[in-house]
Amino acid sequence: MNIRQISIFVENKHGRLFEVSKLLGENGINLKALYLADTTDFGVIRLIVSDPDKAYSVLKTNGFTVGKNEVIVVSIPDVAGGLAALLEIININSINIEYMYAFAGGGESATLVFRFNNTEAAAEALNSAGIELLQENDLL
Amino acid sequence: MYWDPAYETLPREDMAKLQLSRLQKLAELVYNNVEFYRRKFDELKVKPSDIKSLDDIRRLPFTTKDDLRDNYPYKMFSSSLDDVVRIHASSGTTGKPTVVGYTRVDVDIWAETMARSFTAAGLTHRDIIQNAFGYGLFTGGLGAHYGIEKIGASVVPVSGGNSKRQIMFLKDFGCTGICCTPSYAASLLDAARDEGVDLRKLPVRAGLFGAEPWSVQMRREIEEGWGMTATDIYGLSEIIGPGVSFECPQAQRGLHVNEDHFYPEVIDPDTSEVLPAGEKGELVFTTITKEAIPLIRFRTRDISSIDSSPCSCGRTLIKMNKVFGRTDDMLIIRGVNVFPSQIEEVLLANSGLLPYYQIVVDKKGALDTVEVLVEVAEDLFVTDEIRKLQQREELLEKSIKSNVGITAKVRLVEPKTIHRSEGKAQRVIDKRERFV
Repeated sequence: MNIRQISIFVENKHGRLFEVSKLLGENGINLKALYLADTTDFGVIRLIVSDPDKAYSVLKTNGFTVGKNEVIVVSIPDVAGGLAALLEIININSINIEYMYAFAGGGESATLVFRFNNTEAAAEALNSAGIELLQENDLL
Repeated sequence: MYWDPAYETLPREDMAKLQLSRLQKLAELVYNNVEFYRRKFDELKVKPSDIKSLDDIRRLPFTTKDDLRDNYPYKMFSSSLDDVVRIHASSGTTGKPTVVGYTRVDVDIWAETMARSFTAAGLTHRDIIQNAFGYGLFTGGLGAHYGIEKIGASVVPVSGGNSKRQIMFLKDFGCTGICCTPSYAASLLDAARDEGVDLRKLPVRAGLFGAEPWSVQMRREIEEGWGMTATDIYGLSEIIGPGVSFECPQAQRGLHVNEDHFYPEVIDPDTSEVLPAGEKGELVFTTITKEAIPLIRFRTRDISSIDSSPCSCGRTLIKMNKVFGRTDDMLIIRGVNVFPSQIEEVLLANSGLLPYYQIVVDKKGALDTVEVLVEVAEDLFVTDEIRKLQQREELLEKSIKSNVGITAKVRLVEPKTIHRSEGKAQRVIDKRERFV
């Protein structure tokens, strides 16, 4: 139900994102979503990929500090107020967002990626509000 | 388990008698053979015959590393070069190297003190010991080598470096013991991981580590990563090399000084006054049995203290506490004295960090700045939240502030970005020196 996300710890150094993308490309791993969070010292690259297990092991054997976690991905109508309507459900259920990223993919819908403080509760709340959670297959 | 119970458990009064008679002989020897000492004795108006008790050692002059450099290469030697069978020298990074010599008797004494050290660590003639101390002018390699042969164990004289081969030998030769610098033991942990070897599954059960200060936390990292008992061994080439003092693993609290050969004192480094047992100061040794280059009251620049309490291991040899740091390594940050090992202690007391770090000191305007780089471990990354990583940095900064007393910027860096030591680690990069 939840979608697996790969996170990579990188120092703010020249060419690190390139190395990650090159490595994944060479191994036939397709990027579905990417988010780069940075501070003055380091960054965290978060990825949703076609083959998370393979991506994890490829990155790990190449000396990257990699983490695996789960996120919730939902599709909402790409209209004004679409995000607000969804966040209202989250608010009512007292769930916090650790971080999120979003992309409006040209069609009629927008895709949102969430990391909540309580993934299970969030999934349940969204489900019972009739919002469909995307599956890994939906992204391939 | 003792190597030489007669000396290692000698009653204190007998030890004092032995030390006094050896000290008297030594004073005669250097007064008659080394011009440097004759001049110093005369300046202080003291004669070898004035040494009537051990306390009279305080009347004798100190010897410093600079004295050795000034008398480069052989002027501090007491014996004729005909009797010298080996010459070692320290790296001459800050000028001329310091040169030391050994007669056949000195080499035997050295092997004896190292045999005591290996035996105390629980190693015997049944063991196979990989000696990863550097061989050559550095005393670590050959010092350990002779000690290992003395106890009858098999020595693998691999020397330092080439970590891949080290891991292969450890595995293929079935080594049960290892000796090297503690920072190299930490580097090997990493190298083993790369080779897919779990060191804990190898038969290595004991290690002797020395030649640089290391914290109690570093010991824990090494013991857990290797699945062995890690003991500390102390020495310096001017006194003999490794084997000046050694730890008994039962207590892991302090190192027994081979004081039938090396008479220890602790002094206030500023006033040169002798400090009572328990007080922290600069270690000073007098080599009471050495022939080639015996030294009187050599100032080691190592900070430690003497512990005269009895030891549960049964040895009566006095103990010195684990060396806290070297006055040479001491950083003065905005007026605060800091030893790298203090920062190491704070870092390694935290989970999620690897035992690889570097301290970068610089100057911004008139102010000293300190940046501590430390590698992150995967388990710190189970949460990928930036906030938590930043909180970790802040927590470490607070902890350094409260434990060490300085403001430092902590920066988490990727694994394998800090240089791996193959001998003595370079923990500090002091960029201020450029401006002096």
